[in-house]
Formats: sequence, C-alpha cells, structure tokens
Amino acid sequence: MRAYFSRRYRLSASHRLYSDAFSDERNVEVYGKCSNPHGHGHNYTVEVTVAGQVDPVTGMVCNMVELDECVQREIIDLFGHTNLNLYPGFHGLVPTTEAFCVMVYEMLSKVFDKAELVRVRIEETNNNSFEYPAGKPMAVRRVTDFRAV
Amino acid sequence: MILLTRRAEFSASHYYWVDAWTPEENARLFGKCSNRNGHGHNYTLEVTVEGEIDTTSGFVVDLKVLKAVIEREVLRDFDHRHLNIEVPEFKALLPTTENVAIAIWNRLAPHILGARLQRVRVYEMPDLFADYYGEP
Repeated sequence: MRAYFSRRYRLSASHRLYSDAFSDERNVEVYGKCSNPHGHGHNYTVEVTVAGQVDPVTGMVCNMVELDECVQREIIDLFGHTNLNLYPGFHGLVPTTEAFCVMVYEMLSKVFDKAELVRVRIEETNNNSFEYPAGKPMAVRRVTDFRAV
Repeated sequence: MILLTRRAEFSASHYYWVDAWTPEENARLFGKCSNRNGHGHNYTLEVTVEGEIDTTSGFVVDLKVLKAVIEREVLRDFDHRHLNIEVPEFKALLPTTENVAIAIWNRLAPHILGARLQRVRVYEMPDLFADYYGEP
C-alpha cells in the first residue's frame, strides 16, 4: 500500500526581496518592508513529504533517520543561519520563499533515493506557507518505484 | 465537491521490533523505538471526507455521526492502549505511523456514509506524520 510520510524541520535564515530589474521605488512597491536594505530573517519550517509502498517488514515508507540525515546535510547545514541572498544558487534571483521551496525540492530530489520525494512545503511564518509541486500529492506520481530500506 | 476534516487525539504506546532480526539489527534500524518496554505518543488523527454539500442540511456529513464513528471504530480500541499488544492489526504488523494510518483507514472506510473517505493523516508528533489515501 502506498502511503505518504512527512517530517518537519526548522531553519533560520535571512533574506531580502529586491530585484535588480526594478528601481528602488518599484522594489518598495512590490516587496514592501521585505525590500529593506539590510534584510530580515525568518524561522522557516521545512516540511518534506515522501511516498512509496509501505515495506512489509519494517512498516515504513523509508527509514526516517536516513531522511533526517539527508535533509540535515543537504538543506539545514547549507542554509541554516545564513543569508539566502548570498547563496550562489540565488545569484540573480530573488530568494522569495516560493523560489526557496522549489530550490529545496530540486536539491532533495537529486540526492534522496530511498523513497519518492513528492512535496516540499515551507512555512515562512505562521501565517504563510508555500508548496511545491502544487496539486494533490497522490497525483504527483513518478514512474520510479523506490523501495524502503 | 468539498473536503471536511475532523481531528481527534489518542495516547498510546508502541515499539518497533522484527523478531527475525538480531537485537543489534533492530537497534540499528529502529534506534530508540526498538526499546521493548515500549514508549508512548500523543497521536493526532485527522480524518478527511469528501462529498457534495447536502442542499437541505448544508452538511457533507453530520459531524456528530463522524465523531461517533471515529470514537467507536478507532479511539475506543487505540486510546490509552499498547498498540503492539492490544490492537489486533498489530499482532503481526509493526505499528509504524504509516501502518497506523492504513489500519485506521481500513476501520473507518466502511462506516463513512454519504461521503467518501479521502485521507487519513496520523501525527505521531507535531513534526512527523503519515498520510494514507486508500491507494494500493
């Protein structure tokens, strides 16, 4: 049976929303206080969902410890307590949480091979969150059938 | 079509152990969860049903009925119990969060009248949860 397993992780980082394509005035119009010159920070919650057949012996979609280690190494250690604007991957891009969410999904999907990564959801504050890919997780299915453990 | 979710809580103990494995193998895969004296969680269960809104009542399902079904089919057997020992589904199946979600789905699905069970979500703790949509 196919089930979905999710873990939530926390990381704190700063960013500034400012596009070089806009004038200073236009940046303020578009991004408001998020464009303040010296940036600001958030306690992000990164929710990672993987899916797959529940292993008949272990009862798991994947080993949680392996997911934790992967997210810690690839995402938390890289972005935690940093300025997102300075990350080379965001060079020339605005590190909105939409963009951050897509980046985390793309980075994890390249390296985590113990189950199918189906969703990254990031809460920037308690009041806003972003998900990628959009749509029902059950509809976002790939051909690959990774098995647990 | 609209989704409606009812939340419930239960507290239970469990442990993870595969008899065919050595104690070292169990400890390696399951870590602290392999302590055979068990440990406990406050689980949060979210039951989501989907259906059309009844033109007279304005309901998808009657929440009182849904609450009673969850109470009778799940909470009565799961709350303040040891899942490995006291819940029949887990006599030969590890009570992982994934398997708990599937077991709860199987208990509830025949009793959701007038709507379709869409998702069972089980939080073992706020940062760890499993979803089951009834998929094979």
